[in-house]
Amino acid sequence: MSKPKHIPQNTLLYVDGVTKSFDGFKALNSLSLIMEPGEMRAIIGPNGAGKTTMMDVITGKLRPDEGIVMFEQDIDLTQHDEAEIANLGIGRKFQKPSVIENLTVFENLELALSGGRGVFQSLLHKLSNQSFGRIEEVLELIRLQDKRSWLAGSLSHGQKQWLEIGMLIMQEPRLLLIDEPAAGMTDEETALTAELFKQLAQDHSLVVVEHDMDFVKALDCPVTVLHEGSVLAQGTLEQVQQNQQVIEVYLGR
Amino acid sequence: MSRSIIVSFLMRDKVGNALLAVLLALAIIVPFCSLVFEPGDTFYLSSYWVTLLGKYLCYALLAVAVDLVWGYCGILSLGHGAFFALGGYAMGMYLMRQIGERGVYANPLLPDFMVFLNWTELPWYWQGFDMFGFAMLMVLLVPGALAFLFGYLAFRSRVTGVYLSIITQALTYALMLAFFRNDMGFGGNNGLTDFKDILGFNLQHSGTRAALFSLSALALAGGYLLCRFIVNSKLGRVLIAIRDSESRTRFIGYRVERFKLFVFVVSAMLAGVAGALYVPQVGIINPGEFAPLNSIESIVWVAVGGRGTLFGAIFGAWMVNFGKTWFTGAFPELWLFFLGGLFVVTTLWLPKGVVGLSAQLSKMRRSKAASGANTEAPVQAQAVEAEPQPQQASQVAPEPDKQAEPTPKNLDQGAANV
Repeated sequence: MSKPKHIPQNTLLYVDGVTKSFDGFKALNSLSLIMEPGEMRAIIGPNGAGKTTMMDVITGKLRPDEGIVMFEQDIDLTQHDEAEIANLGIGRKFQKPSVIENLTVFENLELALSGGRGVFQSLLHKLSNQSFGRIEEVLELIRLQDKRSWLAGSLSHGQKQWLEIGMLIMQEPRLLLIDEPAAGMTDEETALTAELFKQLAQDHSLVVVEHDMDFVKALDCPVTVLHEGSVLAQGTLEQVQQNQQVIEVYLGR
Repeated sequence: MSRSIIVSFLMRDKVGNALLAVLLALAIIVPFCSLVFEPGDTFYLSSYWVTLLGKYLCYALLAVAVDLVWGYCGILSLGHGAFFALGGYAMGMYLMRQIGERGVYANPLLPDFMVFLNWTELPWYWQGFDMFGFAMLMVLLVPGALAFLFGYLAFRSRVTGVYLSIITQALTYALMLAFFRNDMGFGGNNGLTDFKDILGFNLQHSGTRAALFSLSALALAGGYLLCRFIVNSKLGRVLIAIRDSESRTRFIGYRVERFKLFVFVVSAMLAGVAGALYVPQVGIINPGEFAPLNSIESIVWVAVGGRGTLFGAIFGAWMVNFGKTWFTGAFPELWLFFLGGLFVVTTLWLPKGVVGLSAQLSKMRRSKAASGANTEAPVQAQAVEAEPQPQQASQVAPEPDKQAEPTPKNLDQGAANV
């Protein structure tokens, strides 16, 4: 693996020349992406463009074949595993809502509460009033106050998505990677989710992978288009929508 | 809120508390019936029964250990019999050393089988087992160390599911083959037997048997309390998270392998204690205890009783073993068919075991009453105090979202959206 080059000041996430192939198929092909602190970015692209693989590489689930992935300029993410990266401050939401179905909404959030990740810490853990208040705040933010003692498995699809976003927030990450949050949501829920993200973007950096153009439009943020494992275009949604190449591979279909 | 959940859980564990009370009562009543009453009295319990019931208590402790790793953390160990047997061997080695000059060959140092094999020296790994304290330490440490080594390698390499089950099975099978060898120095085929006394008390004496029974009851109660403490702590919720969604738990930032290792080791030690209490009561430990079938049977106990409840494991162990005692007396050749059938029936129709049966029945009755409209309502379970009240909810969240609607509607909507 090549040594990190000079990384520009004030970058939160620096991805450069990342390639990852599966049996010869290049899921990521020399992908580069820079995120600044406090930035929200939407990533779009047709199926197989490498969106999920990119998230897998950033969160330590996959090791890239080559390329640089740096967090906060000096942390080489390729050297850490999932749990370490989560504790460094990168939260991830999966495409399929993955909440802990047999725990209540409250317990799901408590589990995600930052700090206390050790075995014996967990064994003797007591919830402080402060943490309790924090969970209450997030419950309100994700609009699940009155469902706190429901088992997560009995929530609707959209509510599970929100709960998972709430779990991300509990981790107090600096960077949130969110995979297709609006999938399976009603229009109303989608609109509320876009609101929620804008609110989050005030003090977090967000990378949102999404198919739903209305949702991306509602987010009103810079857009990166991926195609065949590398960046095809970047800009505002209007700019990329007018880009001829983008229309060909993606939007025109 | 969460504190009240824990408190309410402790309060709600009525079955568990009742069970603990029963165990304490048994620890007093059974010795009483065995020692105070004379043979012929209505309440007299013979040593045979005391020992048999004591065996069931040991099996129940093994079942609790299995439930901790399988029911809560989703680790389907098909090799827990190995930890049980190792605990048993540690106890057996102490009991062998206690025989001393009373053996057939009257060798003060060497157990009979070593004299028979013409050994002249006590192997290094038999040193110290004449001390009760050391032997008891080994009862915990040997299964614990094996579980640590095995778990460290398996969990670090992220071996899960059926592959993990297979290698646990291989583990116990390999140990069985090893212990069958005379050269291993554990009595080979015959194992360790012919025990005389424990801490100076004659093992044939009904007082000693009664004491061992009471100790087993207390050990089971202690094991239950320990496991309940673990599963009710935040660690217990991490275990459930690992069981339900291992990768999610990793991405939240928990080192899944460490949590698994912790419960696996605790569970192995509990199994070791169960084995150590078992051996002086049945009077023998041989490599047959490592047989894969034993481990699988313990899985059946937990499945039949209901996993993920702890007390279900205890009920399951008792029920299946009472059944086994009766069946192997009445129709010895049919027992294994019956055991297999039991497992199939449980898997197909009783996913939550016998203790889940009442919930299952009431759910069926309710859904029949509501003619299908409300089937999912019971799922929200313990939500007693936070039942959504439409007016209140719409005050908190003025947006016209779906929250204030009753559950079934929401669920329909969720389903429609997928």
